[in-house]
Amino acid sequence: MSSKNERLRDEILKRSGVNPKKCMRCGKCSATCPAYDEMEYHPHQFVSMVENGDIEPLINSKGIYRCLSCFACVDRCPRGVEPAKLVEAVRLEVIRKQGANHLTADGVEAFLDGEIPQQAIVSALRKYSK
Amino acid sequence: MQRIGVFVCWCGTNIAGTVDVKAVAEALKNEPGVIVSTDYQYMCSQSGQQMIKDAIAEHKLTGIVVCSCSPRMHETTFRKTAASAGINPYMVEIANIREQCSWVHKDMPIGTEKAIILGKAAVAKVNLNAPLTPGESPVTKRALVIGGGIAGIQTALDIADAGFPVDIVEKKPTIGGKMAQLDKTFPTLDCAACILTPKMVDVAQNDKIRIFSYSEVTDVKGFVGNFDVTIRKHARYVKEDVCTGCGACIEKCPMKKVPNEFNLGMDNRTAIYIPFAQATPKVATIDPNYCNMLKNGKCGLCAKVCAAGAIDYTQKDEFIEEKYGAIVVATGFNPISMEKFDEYAYSQSKDVITSLEFERLTNAAGPTAGKLLRPSDGKHPHTIVFVQCVGSRCEACAEKGKEYCSKICCMYTAKHAMLTRDKYPDTDVYVFYIDVRTPGKNFDEFYRRAVEEYGVHYIKGMVGKVTPEGDKLKVQASDLLLNKQLHIDADLVVLAAAIEPDKSARPLATLLTASMDTNDFFTEAHPKLRPVESPTAGVFLSGACQGPKDIPETVSQAGAAASKVIGLLAKDKLTGNPCVAHSDEMMCNGCSSCERVCPYGAITYNDKEFRMPDRTTLIRRVASVNPAVCQGCGACTVACPSGAMDLHGFASSQIMAEVDAICK
Ligand SMILES: Cc1cc2nc3c(=O)[nH]c(=O)nc-3n(C[C@H](O)[C@H](O)[C@H](O)COP(=O)(O)OP(=O)(O)OC[C@H]3O[C@@H](n4cnc5c(N)ncnc54)[C@H](O)[C@@H]3O)c2cc1C
Ligand code: SF4
Ligand code: SF4
Ligand code: SF4
Ligand code: SF4
Repeated sequence: MSSKNERLRDEILKRSGVNPKKCMRCGKCSATCPAYDEMEYHPHQFVSMVENGDIEPLINSKGIYRCLSCFACVDRCPRGVEPAKLVEAVRLEVIRKQGANHLTADGVEAFLDGEIPQQAIVSALRKYSK
Repeated sequence: MQRIGVFVCWCGTNIAGTVDVKAVAEALKNEPGVIVSTDYQYMCSQSGQQMIKDAIAEHKLTGIVVCSCSPRMHETTFRKTAASAGINPYMVEIANIREQCSWVHKDMPIGTEKAIILGKAAVAKVNLNAPLTPGESPVTKRALVIGGGIAGIQTALDIADAGFPVDIVEKKPTIGGKMAQLDKTFPTLDCAACILTPKMVDVAQNDKIRIFSYSEVTDVKGFVGNFDVTIRKHARYVKEDVCTGCGACIEKCPMKKVPNEFNLGMDNRTAIYIPFAQATPKVATIDPNYCNMLKNGKCGLCAKVCAAGAIDYTQKDEFIEEKYGAIVVATGFNPISMEKFDEYAYSQSKDVITSLEFERLTNAAGPTAGKLLRPSDGKHPHTIVFVQCVGSRCEACAEKGKEYCSKICCMYTAKHAMLTRDKYPDTDVYVFYIDVRTPGKNFDEFYRRAVEEYGVHYIKGMVGKVTPEGDKLKVQASDLLLNKQLHIDADLVVLAAAIEPDKSARPLATLLTASMDTNDFFTEAHPKLRPVESPTAGVFLSGACQGPKDIPETVSQAGAAASKVIGLLAKDKLTGNPCVAHSDEMMCNGCSSCERVCPYGAITYNDKEFRMPDRTTLIRRVASVNPAVCQGCGACTVACPSGAMDLHGFASSQIMAEVDAICK
């Protein structure tokens, strides 16, 4: 692994708090994912690609904006890997480079419905603010 | 003063590689009481032992210190050596300079220094050792087997075969366990009943075996060779010795809508019932939760039709007390509840079933008379999806699943898939797997046959969700090799549910003071070398109560447990461990602290008369230890506030002498 990839991987892992080594490659996350066909890399691939430092393709994929942040993969994973957190961390990698979010604080309220988990709201705001 | 010989072992390079053994022998020469101190390559070898014997004779030794491996390895060896040379075996002490020294240090000077200190401590202890003689206790030549599945059945048959009486306590109305519910069995596909029922008949006909069915163990006292057990026989409201099992009562019973647990609730039975045709004992049982007569005093039909006059609505639970020399636990397993796996719609659709339910659906004595029909509408399913590892290997959600692999499901799923394709070639069968784990004789060949000869579609991936829609089950799954998400319209979904120990195992373990792991499987005394013994003497393990197992493994373990029991019952007397607690009556103040901490219940109290100096008498409550029950754990000696309690062989003074020697 190049040192750049290694740095990127460590950053994504730190940001997400995910340990990809816990993944047993069962594919239940990808079996669950409602956005599967719209993501060129599927949740289980996020896990192994991040583990291998293969993160550039993920950064450049459209899938990171197609993920619904529904957290179904997090809920169903038998090993507690939390793939959605990796999707979110890769998305942040892009967004942090763009500077500030496009959405202003005033615009936030319109999106809230009280049911969605907080992390989902935050990541949804990031995606739809483009 | 003792005359002590010190023998330092090299253990090849195991010890000598990091400990200067010559320096150790030299240093220990100067310790108080040491007459001779020497070293040798392998103390445990014949010549090493001879060296000890010769030294005992030559120097008239009274105590021995061997600096070698852990006492768990060779303490018995050296005790026997000493005994054969005329010294009491409890005058031998081992200084563990391998596991606790050479193996954990890399540096020779440090290792040597520590070995010397350990040797000094052992010498200090031997100086205070006294000869000990172990007591003896008789052995009750009868065994108890708890659980009457294939494990308990096999163990009981083997023990009875050796000539010892055995009692089986089974909580259900019949013995047979899970195997009685299975249809065919991997890897040979012989019918479960055809191979199980002859064994059940053997049990029933064997005059050495008594079956206490519909019964539980409620109390266990005593110790290896001498257990006192209380068995509660639940009232079945039918006289067992009178009922002929004719079934006339069952035909007449008006309460016909009782969920039939033998068919996992997929059909109904009557309030009075015999679980299945070959039930053993073949005796009816009245279910008090449903019987009209027992609930409201109305009905009594079964008593009227019973020609034998076996029905007795006034029957009460009976308590039986019996003595046993050995106890075998064979309480088996159950599939876990699927209620928490709602993504598979188990609670939403009748057509999502567990594998055990599938066994009943394909069994000739099952709810569909062996025809594979959907529970919802009785139609033949054309697309069946099997999901492996449901709730197994599940680390994230302890309240949902189990971290371990359930071991049997890969094989029974291959069996179900193969049998389906064999009987109904027009059926599409999919199996979703994470890994296919089929180690075992003829196991992988069996699985490959399912794929290659029977055309079962094995897909590497998982099912994510099942949604009932109309009369279909929409299955959304991943195919990791094709990197695709699949959508299958299935008619039937079968879940290979993880298995767990019976819920009654935990309270039973407490009664037996047998230990369990965090998953409630019974723990064996040693995972490799003592796999069928529990760490509690006299308690043995058989079958799936010790860990997930298929039938071949269960039967081998059952036989192994039986041979251990036979070995125990063949003895007339058991030699105890003399290193037990004893209390000094003059110091004991009867506070009960020791009784409260003793995990084996070895301590009792007596009122004892003491003569005072002024010739009056005083009655005091003092502790006394039953040496046959005491395991020498020493908990009481620590708890005793007045210092009255002490351990033979590990007296407080001996321990303190060791500590002093180390800290000097
Ligand atoms: C769906 C399915 C299919 C299978 N197919 C196969 C196969 O094809 N081939 C194969 O080799 N194996 C198969 N197995 C595995 C097989 O069922 C087990 O290996 C076997 O049943 C283990 O036997 P056991 O006696 O240890 O446990 P069990 O069969 O569970 O028996 C335990 C007995 O103890 C009783 N009991 C429990 N607690 C108490 C208590 N406290 N007091 C008194 N009695 C108690 C229970 O009522 C039960 O009768 C299958 C298992 C399943 C779930
Ligand atoms: S959070 Fe994203 S990746 Fe995970 S299941 Fe939902 S859509 Fe798919
Ligand atoms: S569900 Fe979890 S363990 Fe299974 S492939 Fe996805 S991340 Fe890995
Ligand atoms: S008395 Fe109870 S068990 Fe007997 S026939 Fe009536 S309801 Fe059935
Ligand atoms: S035996 Fe097979 S199906 Fe069962 S838990 Fe293990 S891997 Fe999964």
